[in-house]
Amino acid sequence: MSGDAPGLDAYLRAQEKKDLLRLITCGSVDDGKSTLIGRLLYEGKMLLDDQLDSLKAESARVGTQAGDLDFALLVDGLSAEREQGITIDIAYRFFATDKRKFIVADTPGHEQYTRNMATAASTADLAIILADAHRSSELLTQTRRHSYICSMLGIRHIVLAVNKMDLVQYDHAVFEAYVAKYMAFARELGLTQVECIPISALRGDNVVAPSSQMSWYRGPALLPYLETVDFGRESSTRPLRMPVQWVNRPNADFRGFAGTIASGTVKTSDRIKVLPSGQEATISRIVTQDGDLETAVDAQAVTLVLDREIDVSRGDVICAAGSPVSIADQFAVRVLWMAPEELLPGRTYLMKAGTVTTQATVTALKHKISINTLEHNAAKTLQLNEIGLCNISLGKPIAFEPYAESRDLGSFILIDRITNQTIGMGLIDFALRRASNIHWQNLEISRSARAAQKNQKAAVIWFTGLSGSGKSTIASALEKRLYSLGRHTYVLDGDNVRHGLNRDLGFTDADRIENIRRVAEVARLMVDAGLLVIVSFISPFRNEREAARNLMGEGEFLEVFVDAPLDVCEARDPKGLYKKARRQQLMNFTGIGSPYEAPENPDAHLDTARLSVEAAVDKLLSLLEAKGLTSA
Amino acid sequence: MERDRLLDVVQRLTHLQRLEAESIFIMREVVAECEKPVMLYSIGKDSSVMLHLAMKAFYPAKPPFPVLHVDTTWKFREMIAFREETTARLGLDLIVHVNSDGVRQGINPFSHGSSIYTNVMKTEGLRQALDRHGFDAALGGARRDEEKSRAKERIFSFRSRHHRWDPKNQRPEPWKLYNTRKSKGENIRVFPLSNWTEFDIWQYIYLEKIPVVPLYFAKERPVVRRDGMLIMVDDDRLPLEPGERPEMRKVRFRTLGCYPLTGAIESDADTLPAILDEMARARNSERQGRMIDRDGMGSMERKKLEGYF
Repeated sequence: MSGDAPGLDAYLRAQEKKDLLRLITCGSVDDGKSTLIGRLLYEGKMLLDDQLDSLKAESARVGTQAGDLDFALLVDGLSAEREQGITIDIAYRFFATDKRKFIVADTPGHEQYTRNMATAASTADLAIILADAHRSSELLTQTRRHSYICSMLGIRHIVLAVNKMDLVQYDHAVFEAYVAKYMAFARELGLTQVECIPISALRGDNVVAPSSQMSWYRGPALLPYLETVDFGRESSTRPLRMPVQWVNRPNADFRGFAGTIASGTVKTSDRIKVLPSGQEATISRIVTQDGDLETAVDAQAVTLVLDREIDVSRGDVICAAGSPVSIADQFAVRVLWMAPEELLPGRTYLMKAGTVTTQATVTALKHKISINTLEHNAAKTLQLNEIGLCNISLGKPIAFEPYAESRDLGSFILIDRITNQTIGMGLIDFALRRASNIHWQNLEISRSARAAQKNQKAAVIWFTGLSGSGKSTIASALEKRLYSLGRHTYVLDGDNVRHGLNRDLGFTDADRIENIRRVAEVARLMVDAGLLVIVSFISPFRNEREAARNLMGEGEFLEVFVDAPLDVCEARDPKGLYKKARRQQLMNFTGIGSPYEAPENPDAHLDTARLSVEAAVDKLLSLLEAKGLTSA
Repeated sequence: MERDRLLDVVQRLTHLQRLEAESIFIMREVVAECEKPVMLYSIGKDSSVMLHLAMKAFYPAKPPFPVLHVDTTWKFREMIAFREETTARLGLDLIVHVNSDGVRQGINPFSHGSSIYTNVMKTEGLRQALDRHGFDAALGGARRDEEKSRAKERIFSFRSRHHRWDPKNQRPEPWKLYNTRKSKGENIRVFPLSNWTEFDIWQYIYLEKIPVVPLYFAKERPVVRRDGMLIMVDDDRLPLEPGERPEMRKVRFRTLGCYPLTGAIESDADTLPAILDEMARARNSERQGRMIDRDGMGSMERKKLEGYF
């Protein structure tokens, strides 16, 4: 055997001592990001023979460098990327030198893929922003955008790599002029640690070794800089925070709280406080499979056992008792919008922050940020890749820290409840104190007591469907039947509510969302009062109907799809609205100028083109009976 | 004062400890948020590390999911023996799935070619097993440093009802906020070893004394040379071509798959230190020994699109 054990041990120890720098390359299309990474791997002798062979073969076949090695092919790993010669998504490459290990993420330059760039930036310690010396008369939009995102996400170390110096005859003045422009912008962003390096990724100047072509440049070449930059984070010196990820209960004798320490250290016999509940306890054990620990530090994945039984579940945060985090349910946040559908204030989304998932609504969009000028502009919505400052309101209070203090406890994603897509990422700037000033009144008579007094169970029967589908007619007939059965009922009708409570609202998407939000809240109060509430609203969007469902308790919400084809509704046209809409006298009319999203799994589906009103009511009554809502 | 005191006790985690913690976080996230997870167990070194990490993540509980091996019926015999020994030793719930349609049709790597064979016995087999048991999340041991299309994949990789991967439209995955939401029938492939390199894997196996299949260690084995690869004659099902005669050579495997498709390397490395030493000097990547990666440019991506993990 060839291995020499003592020598190897020393070698492995040296490997273990190396720290890992996570970096990204970003910048505009064609600034040479992929080429730079390829050059780093190649010059650093980090490409293995079979990888180099297949690179040679692919370069000859589909390369863009006239037969020379096309380094972009090393990172553009998707067929679509190689066909189009563009980078669509992040590629992660791993390499190590004698001094350090690196994970470098090559990010897409096109604006449409900004969300992928931001994904990579969120976990990076350092960003290389490439610029093209040949196109250096002004800062390109993507250079600004990527710099902004890096600063927003708190990447402290920036390398401005002014690339393609070979195309400007390695001219010192070109470099200096560009650096001056960039640094002015960087100062506005608050980026302080910026290292500016003139390079040619294609020719290898100043990539791994100083270039003989640019003797005027006295600074380090890129790789030596990456190997030595001090990027340490000091989260061990902050107070303990551990979001509880999973409760470990293999048997009745063990109850541990599994999680990864976000900051600080924890020791046995430390006093801790659990947020949001505020209960305190003492750490009795720090459990790992390798044996119990006395101390655990940030980034370690552990299981904590407490000295007494308190209620702790996923989403809670275990903190040092002496310096707990705050809790709040309303925040000022910055959001990068990542979906093709616009952000709608008032719509309820899901927010995942740390290990908590809860409902979240943008209550106010204060402004969006212009990437070019950094100006704040008024906005009603955010489009794909736009960044906005908003107020956000959650379904329940969460334990948090501002992003500036904790990446783990101050970051979140927004998820669409219908498509399940990740549609936004954001950072908490600060909590809005409003939440803590309005306390819930705990009333002594409960909702079930109120319903029981009426000898019934309370619920919402939610009718949705096009105008003219028969909602109001059936709702009214259903109420009559329920009334005759001795039930206490109320009908909330779209037209009637718009005459009063909602008369300030129009028919834009945002107003329709607010219309439904208000009527859902009113319905909830009525359910609280013990009533059977029939809501008869077009309620065109799945998302808001889902939000209404979530406001009610389990089994308290029945969705009824009052369904008739558009042409049938239009032929009925009881209020003459379709005619007006067709004559363009009525904008945003559901089914004509505005979409209707039919329910996917309604509790009842009434085909009113076939069913009589009586038959529809009979069908609903048997549903209500099955749910135990018609009897006492 | 407080700060000074704390600074004294601050330890920095090593690179491998950080990777370990990251993988454990990912696995716990799957268990906390998914309804019916499963761990794909391919018996190789990465699976061994993943299993070891799962034992740590949920300790003192057992990993709260079964392990699934999609058996193509062409695995090395030593792999199957190792699988049985390992799952028994750790007390795991093992599911072995064989695509019986493929067996009935007699699909094999020789008459059907590696591409069709892999598609039927591995990819289709995997999809069948996931559908049959209704698993909504499958932990896999793939690493981003293995291959170019792997390098592009998210840690939580969303799959459609038909198990398809849409590489042009992956969910953004900022920080470590993994979105596990999906509709009925859709599922997620999760790769807790995404950020590990091949070297990290071996170094960890060495430090943590994790058992691996003996085929990784050099030994005299019967092999034939085919298409520039050394193929081990593991049983009498390997059809020998005219003039081909198995010869004994000291070889080992850097990666393990189906024996007719996995090339050995000539090596003297018969201990973990020797393997690490060999790797530090290696001039070829581990995938060089995988015939299925040679089915043309983008072959891994195509297989992944079809539902290969």
